[in-house]
Amino acid sequence: MATHAAHHDDHDHKPGFVDRWFFGTNHKDIGTLYLLFSLLMFFIGGSMALIIRAELFIPGMQIVNPEFFNQMTTVHALVMIFGAVMPAFVGLGNWMIPLMIGAPDMALPRMNNWSFWILPFAFLMLLSTLFMDGGGPAGGWTLYPPLSLQGGNSMPFVIFAIHMMGISSIMGAINIIATILNLRAPGMDLLKMPVFVWTWLITAFLLIAVMPVLAGAVTMLLTDKFFLTSFFNAAGGGDPVMYQHIFWFFGHPEVYIMILPAFGVVSEIIPTFARKPLFGYQAMVYATASIAFLSFIVWAHHMFTVGMPLGGELFFMYATMLIAIPTGVKVFNWVSTMWKGSMTFETPMLFALGFVVMFTIGGFSGLMLAIVPADFQYHDTYFVVAHFHYVLVTGAVFSIMAAAYYWLPKWTGVMYSETLGKWHFWLSTFFVNLLFFPQHFLGLAGMPRRIPDYNIAFSDFNMWSSIGGFGFGLSQLLFAWIVIKSARGHGPRATAQVWEGAKGLEWTVPSPAPHHTFTTPPVIDDRVLAHGDVTH
Amino acid sequence: MTPRRVLAALAILALTAVQAQANPEPWQLNMSPGVTETSRMVYDIHMLILWICVVIGVLVFGAMGYAILKFRKSKGAVPAKWSHNTTAEIIWTVIPVLILVGMAWPATNTLIHMADTDDAELTVKITGYQWLWRYEYVGTDVNFVSKLDRDSDRTRMLGSGLNPADVRTGDQNTYLLNVDNPLVLPTGTKVRFVITANDVIHAWWVPVLGWKQDAIPGFINEAWTRIDTPGTYRGQCAELCGKDHGFMPIVVEAVPREQFDAWLAQKDAEAKAAATAANVPATGDALAVVQ
Ligand SMILES: [Cu+2]
Repeated sequence: MATHAAHHDDHDHKPGFVDRWFFGTNHKDIGTLYLLFSLLMFFIGGSMALIIRAELFIPGMQIVNPEFFNQMTTVHALVMIFGAVMPAFVGLGNWMIPLMIGAPDMALPRMNNWSFWILPFAFLMLLSTLFMDGGGPAGGWTLYPPLSLQGGNSMPFVIFAIHMMGISSIMGAINIIATILNLRAPGMDLLKMPVFVWTWLITAFLLIAVMPVLAGAVTMLLTDKFFLTSFFNAAGGGDPVMYQHIFWFFGHPEVYIMILPAFGVVSEIIPTFARKPLFGYQAMVYATASIAFLSFIVWAHHMFTVGMPLGGELFFMYATMLIAIPTGVKVFNWVSTMWKGSMTFETPMLFALGFVVMFTIGGFSGLMLAIVPADFQYHDTYFVVAHFHYVLVTGAVFSIMAAAYYWLPKWTGVMYSETLGKWHFWLSTFFVNLLFFPQHFLGLAGMPRRIPDYNIAFSDFNMWSSIGGFGFGLSQLLFAWIVIKSARGHGPRATAQVWEGAKGLEWTVPSPAPHHTFTTPPVIDDRVLAHGDVTH
Repeated sequence: MTPRRVLAALAILALTAVQAQANPEPWQLNMSPGVTETSRMVYDIHMLILWICVVIGVLVFGAMGYAILKFRKSKGAVPAKWSHNTTAEIIWTVIPVLILVGMAWPATNTLIHMADTDDAELTVKITGYQWLWRYEYVGTDVNFVSKLDRDSDRTRMLGSGLNPADVRTGDQNTYLLNVDNPLVLPTGTKVRFVITANDVIHAWWVPVLGWKQDAIPGFINEAWTRIDTPGTYRGQCAELCGKDHGFMPIVVEAVPREQFDAWLAQKDAEAKAAATAANVPATGDALAVVQ
């Protein structure tokens, strides 16, 4: 018995490459796999965006035909949402949640391995459709029927890929809930957890609630196409608008699935670099929960132009406007955290501050879009494209980069070059605004989204936008370089604390974090927590 | 310059100004106020929310910028210990609620105004097809399709070698914004649209009318307009509808009521004559078969 225990305590036990990376169940390794996969998808999805921006550089069709253009917009969105943003947050959750709550690993490590390894196959299948006869899906990532039913042979593959992504997400979410609810170190009460853990807990419930809804919607598409059902076919007694209702019942919570963990990340970083506890910790938690609740009753604001009755339009408008309140609370709390702090501006802080400003801009355009009569003008224009890229790129993606810069020294044990990190931030910020800000103007001037070509009146801002797109894309090579250099251990050694103002359990373990951490639960001291009003 | 000439010049200027706001222009930054009461209401709401957002943005980003400049470690700032302030939290929850109510009020009124399709003097049925529009003037035989003009169509082909800047109508570039048969509508008249589609979902959108409406196969949506000023107003299909989604523009030709009535009567007569002409040989053939 003694020898058995001794064997298990041997942390230097090194599994082989295949055992470790393919069959491993360690939360840190799986987190790393998720993050690397996400980075790869970010570049693949990004290349598709660059094909789009290249075609839109000047008016006239120069590079691709409209069919391929539509495949690019569709697959770009699917890859970025399901391949880049969601796996990045799952990766961050995998790596950091056990470290932040003092757990030895995820609660369900084998399932963890499975939920990751489904993903590469799902995306291989999705991307393979681009090489099939008839090409990939071209009806938009929302797959609205009847258009999506016109697609070629790609459709069943796309739907199967979406099913696999959904299963992966649901398993990841179950794992996160099980971990947070069962494996917290003694003394880590729910209302003492870091906000990042809270936002992930709530996100995980959203995932479990809505991924099956998406699975149902796309399965009905499948049977409409291949098994003669008429769920969405008016000629057979179905309703194409019903698809949109079901899809957005998934789709709107999905938006918060991609932004709530981002709120969590930023709520960790700002207190660290302001050297001041997070302002209004409990308000942050309740605001997150209210946003999650509201996300279930606003779905039809994506479809104000389908011809809903007046009462329906009004309900969804009012409900959507309400979201501005908890979101505003969050922004005010971040600013108040900075107020009377003692701030420094290392790369993670820059990205977090960039997040606050640019996410808020996306929030403003979101509020504008909630106003139904105005939405009749904005809907399906470049104004919407600008809006959701502000929340997803300068919002979610910036927070992911902030998180990567924040925790990279903990993961790799070395400090990256602050100079390069800052270059990456300023280049990204300049180009991303050049890329997306003019799209507001294009939309207001009347340019619809998802068009491969446009009138001369739209040419100047499209050219700016394309230049911004290429600049932003190329700037990300710098990010890849910084990550790879750190991962290979180049750079000065990082301390366990890493950042002067950092608080929380993850900073009590050495850098790089050992393969196994918290095999015995840590003792929680309220003073190491990153937020203030938990002690009373 | 004689006073008369000045007047004429002013009139031309005023006309071009109206013309200029009617269709997208290079460097256009904002929504057009449009050419209907509805579109102006929508524009006003848009500007109201925009300014509210700008003011909130200036306050929030201003506070943030001040904090960033003032509370720096490099300036010797010592972090405060507090982490909440109930009064502040109540204030910044309640004030946004009031602001939202202030936005919701005009939005609700405008929406009610837009939803009222009663008392229209003319009904036009719009049907979206991949990739053209069909217009039917209900109660007449006038019924035609409207699709991308030839010039644009030639130019938009991949590698056509033609310059989109050369597609012009008068002094305007109308690349991808021109059609063979525009929808002719009377000014000063409440026109009701019933909108549907034949294959996939499209959306009928002319920005200066102030709204867009989805055209959904198997369903009929309603919308209405009352155009104030004669002119040519351009728009596009706004819902992804397949490969040529970007190539199914909409052109509304708004003309004074009398001119419209004359046009409609003439088109109706032509349509009825064509229908009769088409029927005569058909009957003849049938007889021939019987004989
Ligand atoms: Cu269309």
